[in-house]
Amino acid sequence: MAIDTLSPQPPSKPEPVIADPSRRNPARWLVVATPYLWLLLFFAAPFIIIFKISLSDTAIAMPPYTPVFEGFGKFGEFFSQLDFENYEFLASDSLYIKSYLNSLRIAAISTFLLLLVGYPMALAMARAKTSLRPILVMMVILPFWTSFLIRVYAWIGILKPEGLLTLLFQTVGLLGEGEQVQIFRTDYAVFIGIVYSYLPFMVLPLYAALEKMDHTLLEAASDLGCPPWKAFWRITFPLSLPGVIAGSLICFIPITGEFVIPDLLGGADTLMIGKTLWTEFFSSRDWPLASSIAVILLGVLVIPIVYFQNQQQKAG
Amino acid sequence: MKNSRFDATVLTLGFAFLYIPIIILVIYSFNASRLVTVWGGFSLTWYREMWSNQGLMDAAWVTARVAVISATIATVLGTLAALTLVRFRKIPGRLLFSGMIYAPLVMPEVITGLSLLLLFVSLNVDRGFWTVIIAHTTFSMCYVAIVVQSRLLTFDRSLEEAALDLGCPPVKTFFRITLPLILPAVLAGWMLAFTLSLDDLVIASFNTGPGATTLPIKIYSQVRLGVTPEINAICTILIGLVALGVIAASIATKRNEVRRQRDEQAAAAG
Repeated sequence: MAIDTLSPQPPSKPEPVIADPSRRNPARWLVVATPYLWLLLFFAAPFIIIFKISLSDTAIAMPPYTPVFEGFGKFGEFFSQLDFENYEFLASDSLYIKSYLNSLRIAAISTFLLLLVGYPMALAMARAKTSLRPILVMMVILPFWTSFLIRVYAWIGILKPEGLLTLLFQTVGLLGEGEQVQIFRTDYAVFIGIVYSYLPFMVLPLYAALEKMDHTLLEAASDLGCPPWKAFWRITFPLSLPGVIAGSLICFIPITGEFVIPDLLGGADTLMIGKTLWTEFFSSRDWPLASSIAVILLGVLVIPIVYFQNQQQKAG
Repeated sequence: MKNSRFDATVLTLGFAFLYIPIIILVIYSFNASRLVTVWGGFSLTWYREMWSNQGLMDAAWVTARVAVISATIATVLGTLAALTLVRFRKIPGRLLFSGMIYAPLVMPEVITGLSLLLLFVSLNVDRGFWTVIIAHTTFSMCYVAIVVQSRLLTFDRSLEEAALDLGCPPVKTFFRITLPLILPAVLAGWMLAFTLSLDDLVIASFNTGPGATTLPIKIYSQVRLGVTPEINAICTILIGLVALGVIAASIATKRNEVRRQRDEQAAAAG
C-alpha cells in the first residue's frame, strides 16, 4: 500500500532491512567474536575457578585451599568432595548478613546522594557553551587522574578531629576552642569519600545523555507556557533516563563491594562486605570462605541487573 | 538568564568540592614539615626525595604505561561489545554475553583479581606487566561498553540507514557515520578506562609480579605506614602534566573549530 510506505515504519520493520547487508559481512563476526572470546577467557573461565574454590576446604598451604577438582578422570571423587560448609557458615554468622545489608544500605544512600550532586552538574555542563563543554568534561576528570588513595587520604587530613575542617569551623566560630568535628571514622566520612570518589562515574554518563538532548523541545514547552520546573520533569529528566540508569549502575555496583574507602575513612563498626572479604583473604587467608562471600554478593546483585538490562533493551 | 546563574553556582560548588582536597594536597607537597596538617614553611625537599626514590619513579612509569595500553584495548573491545549488545541482538548466547558485560561491574575487585590470578596460575603464566594489563582491560572494557551502549540506544539511525541505502558498505558506514556520532561516548569511555586503571589497587595487587609494582600498590603500602609528602609531590607533578595535556588538547580543538568555520564560510561564499 502506498500509505504504508509513506507512514513511519513500525519499530519491528527496520531491523531486517539493516541486518540483511551486514549479516553477510565477515566484519560482523569480528565485532561479536572479539569481545565475546576475551570475556569468555578472562572473565567466565576464572569465575568457574572461583566458584569451585568456594566449595573447597580451607588448608594451611600455598595456595591455601584443598583442590577439589583434580581432572576429568576423577569425577566421582570430585563430587564426593564438594560441600557447602562455607555457605552454611556464612548463613550462621550474623556478621556476614549484617555486612551484606549494610553494604546495600550504604550503596543505596550514596547513589542517591551522587544523583543529587551529579545531576545538576551534568545539566549545567550540557547547557554550557559548546566550546566550553570539553573543558568542563576535562575538569570533572582531571582530579581523578591523581591517585584515588591520595584523594581518600586528603579527606583524612580534612575530616579527622584535629584536621582542617575543625580548624575551619573554629575559625568561623561554629565550634568552640576545645570542640572537634566528629565525622572521621563514621559512616558520614564514608559517604563523603564515596560521593567524592564516584562523582565522575555519575556525571559522565549523565552528561553524555543530556548533551545530545534536543533543546528545541524545551523551547517549544516554554513557548506553550510550560513552567521550567515542569518542563524539566516532563522533558529533560525522562530524556536523560538512559544516563541516570547507566550512572546509577556504574556507581551502585562497585560501591557495594567497596573496600578502600570504608577501610581508610570508616569506623570499626562500618561493616561492608568488601572489607569483610578482604579480611578473609588477606588476614584470615580463608580463600574458600571469601569466594563464597563473593558468589553470594554476585547472586544478590547480578540478577536484578540482568533483568533490568533486558527491560532497557526492550524499551530501546 | 535564571538558568545560567543556577548553572554557574552549581558548577562553582561542584568544582570546589572536587578541587579543594586536591589543592590542599598540592599545597602540602611544598610543606617543609613532615606532618601533613602542620605548615612548616615552603620547601622543595619532597620533590628532591621523590626524584631520588627509584621505587616510586618506577611505579609511576609502570602505572602510566599500563593505563594507556589497557584503556586503549578496553575502548576498542568495549565499543565492539556495545555494538554487539545494541545492534546484533540475535547472536547465539546473547544472555551469556550481556551477563559477562555486567557481571565484572558487580564483581568485587577482589574476586575479579583473585579469579584472574588463579587463571594465570593454572595457565602457568608469569605474573607481571602484561597480566596487569589483561586484568585492567577485562574490567574496564565493560565500563566502556556501558557508556557507549547508553549512547547507541538513544541514537538516531536515519543517517546510518541512508548511507546503507545508498550502497555504502557497513564497515565504511561505521567509520564515516556511526563512530563520529558516538565519539563523545567512546572518548568518555577511554577516559573512564584510563582513570579506572590508574586508580586500581585491588586487582593490580593480585595480578602483579616482580618489576610491575603500580603506583596505587606503592601508595597503599605507604599510607599504612604513614604517608610521606613525597606522595603529595608526585601527585602534584601528575596534576601538572595532566593540566598541560588538557590545555594542549583544548587549543587543538579550538584551532580545528576555527578552521572548520573558515572552510564553511569559504564554501558558502564560493
